[in-house]
Amino acid sequence: MTESAPSAPRAVVIGASAGAVEALLHVLPQLPRGYPLPVLVVVHVPPQRRNVLASLFAARCPLDVREPDDKEPAAPGTILFAPPDYHMLVEADRTISLSVEGPVQFSRPSIDVLFESAADAYGPGLIGAVLTGANHDGAEGLAAVAAAGGMAIVQDPAQAAYPVMPEAALALTPRAERLTLDGLVRRLLAAGDPSQAGEISR
Amino acid sequence: MENDRIQEEKIEDIEIRLLLEALYSRYHYDFRGYAQASLKRRLRQARDQLGLPTFSALQDRMLRDPAIVTRLLGFLTVQVSELFRDPAYFRAIREKVVPHLRTYPSLKVWIAGSSTGEELYSFVILFREEGLEDRTLFYATDISQEALDAAARGIYPLDRIRAFTENHQLSGGKSSLSDYYSTAYGRAVFDKSLRDRVVFSDHSLVTDAVFAEMHLISCRNVMIYFDRELQDRAVGLFRESLARKGFLGLGARESLRFSQYAGAFSAFVREEKIYQRRDP
Repeated sequence: MTESAPSAPRAVVIGASAGAVEALLHVLPQLPRGYPLPVLVVVHVPPQRRNVLASLFAARCPLDVREPDDKEPAAPGTILFAPPDYHMLVEADRTISLSVEGPVQFSRPSIDVLFESAADAYGPGLIGAVLTGANHDGAEGLAAVAAAGGMAIVQDPAQAAYPVMPEAALALTPRAERLTLDGLVRRLLAAGDPSQAGEISR
Repeated sequence: MENDRIQEEKIEDIEIRLLLEALYSRYHYDFRGYAQASLKRRLRQARDQLGLPTFSALQDRMLRDPAIVTRLLGFLTVQVSELFRDPAYFRAIREKVVPHLRTYPSLKVWIAGSSTGEELYSFVILFREEGLEDRTLFYATDISQEALDAAARGIYPLDRIRAFTENHQLSGGKSSLSDYYSTAYGRAVFDKSLRDRVVFSDHSLVTDAVFAEMHLISCRNVMIYFDRELQDRAVGLFRESLARKGFLGLGARESLRFSQYAGAFSAFVREEKIYQRRDP
């Protein structure tokens, strides 16, 4: 396996399902105003629940939080939640595109869909994290992140409210890093701090 | 290994560009301005399902075998929708737009990208409930003949009816959805009288032009598959097609904010993405 040259992080993608809200409440509010990376999040939510997550997190996060409209730029310092009933993808020009094609892994939005497109768009500059969940979405996506040279992270299954999803991701990407939620926060903060760039790129 | 993968990605991008060029040159289906990320995903599905090793192999087959093109279009275009998808949108049409439409003696409504007809039937039922159907002509257009045929049949699996019915009620439905279909062999067959005022037509937002003057255009979750340039073309076409102060409805997460025609429309019901052509 070739070691790719250290590459500055350019975006973060996070996927979570059952237990997501609690886990993300531990992580996202700790990202400070001025955080220099876009943070793109897929949580499995039922359709028709428009803006529920975004408003929940907007009230608790220093960063801007919203559900994007199609073609919205994936701007630094913004947390974008995939809108319910849409897949969220990133284009090569770092804008968001949405899709209502069928569910993937029984889910729309699907973590795999976001992660695979983000891996194409950001390559080695991507950090991908699969957190708690009770299904297998995100496993293929995280493998794509790793294959494109990005940093693959899973929430330590022993610490996850629902270990099935991080375990499935680990099974496909055994070299993904297992972190606690606190460890993930430290990793994300380091990724946003240029003076520590050397520490986060392996 | 990682480098191989990155090389392979680059090769795929070249192959996709060539494949789309070939599809256009040979059959005049133009996907060259589609948003890449989801297009790539659907093309990969098509390649894998057709059992072909590469996009180049798919291109070779497609050039020589028109039957493959039909299947390819199925992967590239067919979208699953619901009757009264996003009930709040239809409620806003009913409560905010219909009062304006009532003032016209005759109406034209365009369902652009009508796919398998769910959106069309939603509008026809809503207009019947509001007493506007008799004075309205509906145009349902799509690039896929298969989708248009399915729309004209109006047959849906019975297991989808529960969601349709719930949506219809939430949209402010004034009748029972079961008034409009009969059931047979596990399927719901929508009444053919719903199609009395409908014209089905093959039309492409990418390559075709204005064909009538519309009072309302509903084009939801169609332009999300276009890149920005192509979106501009389509929105420009809608602007040209609309009567003075005509209405344009988009999907819940679509916006004219990023369009070069943003100034040509005003938000009529902002939260439901219903716009009105700006006229003096």
